Amino acid sequence: MSPNPILFTIILVAALVFFAWSCYRRFSLITLGREENRYDNPGLRIWDMLLYAFGQKRVVQKPFGINHFVIFWAFVILLIANLEFIIHGAFPQLGLATLPASLHHFLLFAFDLVSVFTLIAITLSFARRIFSPPPYLSTQYVKARSPEAFLILAFIGILMLAYFGFHGAEIAMGETEAAPYMPVSAFVAQLMAPYPSLLATFAAVSWWVHAVVLLAFMCFLPHSKHMHILTAIPNCFFQTLGKANTQPREEFVKGNEFGVARVDQFTWKDLFDGYSCTECGRCQDACPATNTGKPLNPRQVIHAIKTNLLDNGPLMQAGGKPVVPLIGEEGEGTNTEETIWSCTTCGACLQACPVMIEQMPKIIKMRRHLVQMESRFPEELLNLFENMEQRSNPWGIAPSERTKWVSTMNVQPFEKGKTEYLFYVGCAGSFDSRAKHITVALATILNAAGVSWGILGREEGCCGDSLRRLGNEFVFDKIARENVKQFQEKGITKVITLCPHCFTTFKNDYRQYGLEIEVIHHTEFIDQLLRQGRLKLNHQVKELGNIVFHDSCYLGRHNDVFDAPRQVIETATGSAPQEMERSRENSFCCGAGGGRMWMEEFNGERINLNRVGEALTTNPDTICVSCPYCMTMFEDGLKDKQAGGVRVKDIAELVAEGLRTNP
Amino acid sequence: MLIVACIKQVPDTTQVQIDPVTNTLVREGIPFIVNPYDTHALEESLRLKDRFGCRAAAISMGPPNAEATLKKALALGVDEAILLSDRVFGGADTLATSNVLAAAIRKLSEEEEVGLVICGKQTIDGDTAQVGPGIATRLGFTQLTLIDRIEEFDPVRKKIRVRRKLEGRHEIVEAPLPAMLTVVRELNRPRYPTVPMRLASVDAEVKVWNNQVLKLDEQKIGLKGSPTWVSRIFSPEREKGEIIGEGIKDPKQTARLLVEKLLSKDLLSL
Ligand SMILES: Cc1cc2nc3c(=O)[nH]c(=O)nc-3n(C[C@H](O)[C@H](O)[C@@H](O)COP(=O)(O)OP(=O)(O)OC[C@H]3O[C@@H](n4cnc5c(N)ncnc54)[C@H](O)[C@@H]3O)c2cc1C
Ligand code: SF4
Ligand code: SF4
Repeated sequence: MSPNPILFTIILVAALVFFAWSCYRRFSLITLGREENRYDNPGLRIWDMLLYAFGQKRVVQKPFGINHFVIFWAFVILLIANLEFIIHGAFPQLGLATLPASLHHFLLFAFDLVSVFTLIAITLSFARRIFSPPPYLSTQYVKARSPEAFLILAFIGILMLAYFGFHGAEIAMGETEAAPYMPVSAFVAQLMAPYPSLLATFAAVSWWVHAVVLLAFMCFLPHSKHMHILTAIPNCFFQTLGKANTQPREEFVKGNEFGVARVDQFTWKDLFDGYSCTECGRCQDACPATNTGKPLNPRQVIHAIKTNLLDNGPLMQAGGKPVVPLIGEEGEGTNTEETIWSCTTCGACLQACPVMIEQMPKIIKMRRHLVQMESRFPEELLNLFENMEQRSNPWGIAPSERTKWVSTMNVQPFEKGKTEYLFYVGCAGSFDSRAKHITVALATILNAAGVSWGILGREEGCCGDSLRRLGNEFVFDKIARENVKQFQEKGITKVITLCPHCFTTFKNDYRQYGLEIEVIHHTEFIDQLLRQGRLKLNHQVKELGNIVFHDSCYLGRHNDVFDAPRQVIETATGSAPQEMERSRENSFCCGAGGGRMWMEEFNGERINLNRVGEALTTNPDTICVSCPYCMTMFEDGLKDKQAGGVRVKDIAELVAEGLRTNP
Repeated sequence: MLIVACIKQVPDTTQVQIDPVTNTLVREGIPFIVNPYDTHALEESLRLKDRFGCRAAAISMGPPNAEATLKKALALGVDEAILLSDRVFGGADTLATSNVLAAAIRKLSEEEEVGLVICGKQTIDGDTAQVGPGIATRLGFTQLTLIDRIEEFDPVRKKIRVRRKLEGRHEIVEAPLPAMLTVVRELNRPRYPTVPMRLASVDAEVKVWNNQVLKLDEQKIGLKGSPTWVSRIFSPEREKGEIIGEGIKDPKQTARLLVEKLLSKDLLSL
């Protein structure tokens, strides 16, 4: 039916103009951002888009996400229904009825069914927001029970009800032959049957309600968080291929600006991310900073970028200056410095986001500005930066002490052509007295397996991980160039690292400097040695008791090494390790990443205590780790919790235990 | 008004080792750093520049590679950087060094009034703490040593009030300008250079003044002008320690043994 094509056409045109104008206003702001190539490899991009947007791969990882899956697909299917509704409303002679009958009937059947599912899903969403909204649905500025959220849900609900209203009335008036294919509408028709005189009015009113709500919904979209209906799908297309954990390089030439302090210094994709956020709160639920009462909430960082762009963008387009600072005092469009420094770069936000928004890299971009343009950073970092630049290690210890651990064993320097693997010990493994035990354990394992390996000794430099995550790209760049040069000159092609931070830096970050070598973390390497039978243990390790394994962010989430450490533990001890509730991709940071290792933790609960508490719920005798930073954080945490009976061991130490002949 | 910071390039002594055979410093491959106290002298000159709009200059006497030290000063924000470098300056002791530095400051003051010279308390290689006072004497400037706070600086009325950090006490001193300060680490926290400043410093000019510029009597500078001779450098023999007790196997007993040992050597009394 089409009660008044002329009137409808007038309203439709007005709505379309308004919608187009809103979209233009908003999307043109995106062009303020810097250029960034997100168009390469379109095949892969389309595949990712199908997987994450249409397949809703991440959405359904939380149980309630199934509800969204239903709404999403209903939306896609009902898009056809609504398109037809609009066309038919304006041009009554056009419509589904012009299609072959079988297809027409099938579609009507599908619309009927899908509309019911949507109604159920919408009711559940309503109920959830009213009765038990999970805490992560709310931030300081966006509330779970916000009028906007209810308005949108109401729009959708009313659309479904109105749909059944006018189709039911149509059937009751006998105006359609398709009634047998519309079971729900037919049911509504039965309810209306006793009131034949009202049917025509009811049909017309339902139709107009449907029409007005549909157009209102469309007009409201670009102004609401439901803009993601327009942006989420392209956002999945434009996502970083691979992982978004490796920051882009900066070009250090005079006149350039480094990092981001104004919204237009972000790339267009960063800005597009802002428009794509669904305010689902999943990143906030996963973030170790948010969870322990720090001022950082990754969702709020994205929200601030969007708000800032909407507030400043039109001014900047007109050539004016921004009025709302991107970094400054707390505000809806502003990130505080404390927020920016609270990030552990654990990547939990990247892992959680259903629409592939890249929160953490934006935080690093703002750090880059603070460090490089303003020299503003927590005062603890001054020593770190000086030490790194001066002595290429975080503590500022003399490089000659790098080889102190060697005194207990016979270790050869790496020699081109003669040595197969470089064992890159790293700063923690060289200087930290606890981590040196891991170094010795790993060296013992390599010898026991007959691996040809050597070290760089005092010529070894820091990999620069902390510098890069802290935004000191200038010094990182210097260190990276030196290391890459050294690796290339020495003919190093295979590197074993003991620290996941060195691992990720060589493997992912140095690739940007043209270093394409085989980098392997010791957990993977030990796993290989055990599988190949090159490494044979002398006894099964029972003396460490009940073992729980903690995934390091940079080994697990950032580099997908989840199985190797577990496999090694199982081989060495005869049983699989205990798992914490938050494990593998969903592991919870120890608190040391992103340079947080070198900073004080003033706000809220300490991250390591939160994680140690979780580990202790599994009643372990030993907490097994694969990273020297995790080692420090767990040992400190256990001391604070006075859980003195529980040990922390690195995977290498556990395996070395099994090599001993007199357990 | 010009504020001059004297900065010296020194070997990173934490990385210096003494050759056990020849008893000389092994300086090979040892990176150079700015003498740590001098970074505080430099920082203070920059703070005064920021607060009072004075101009800041950094000067250093040393070999040509000391230019790197002055580049760092430029990256931090000094307006002028001057390297005093000449073969005839080489081998100087504190007297000859202060002669050259004083002459350079005098030359600077021909262009603009020098209100303050700021030196580090001492260097980490020579450790004499004499160069600052030497400069003050030669220039006739007020000499204010071991400063850990500038309480007041008044470039108009030409007055300065500072706090000296002495053993167990502080001393507040007021003096007329021009003055020479030697400063301790507590004075301030040195700033970190921004990247644009670093990049700008790459092309910024470090002026080099040799003795043709300073025109000093060759008998008063370098080796010839140095009454002090370093005859030998060596690291003192240190008695080897001993390990007592059973360590973590019996911590109580170990602690008792340690305390007894300390008492017997009278190391716990004041
Ligand atoms: C191991 C060693 C031992 C020495 N022992 C003696 C000795 O006993 N007697 C002696 O007369 N000489 C000695 N010398 C030589 C002497 O150190 C230097 O030649 C002298 O120039 C500086 O003295 P200083 O390093 O002790 O400086 P200090 O007097 O400790 O320095 C104080 C401040 O003066 C300024 N300053 C010092 N040197 C320079 C410079 N070149 N350029 C700019 N500013 C500067 C800095 O601000 C510094 O913080 C020794 C040198 C060495 C390497
Ligand atoms: S990287 Fe980790 S700490 Fe940083 S915002 Fe994301 S979840 Fe939070
Ligand atoms: S950034 Fe992603 S995960 Fe976080 S609230 Fe927005 S859509 Fe959800």
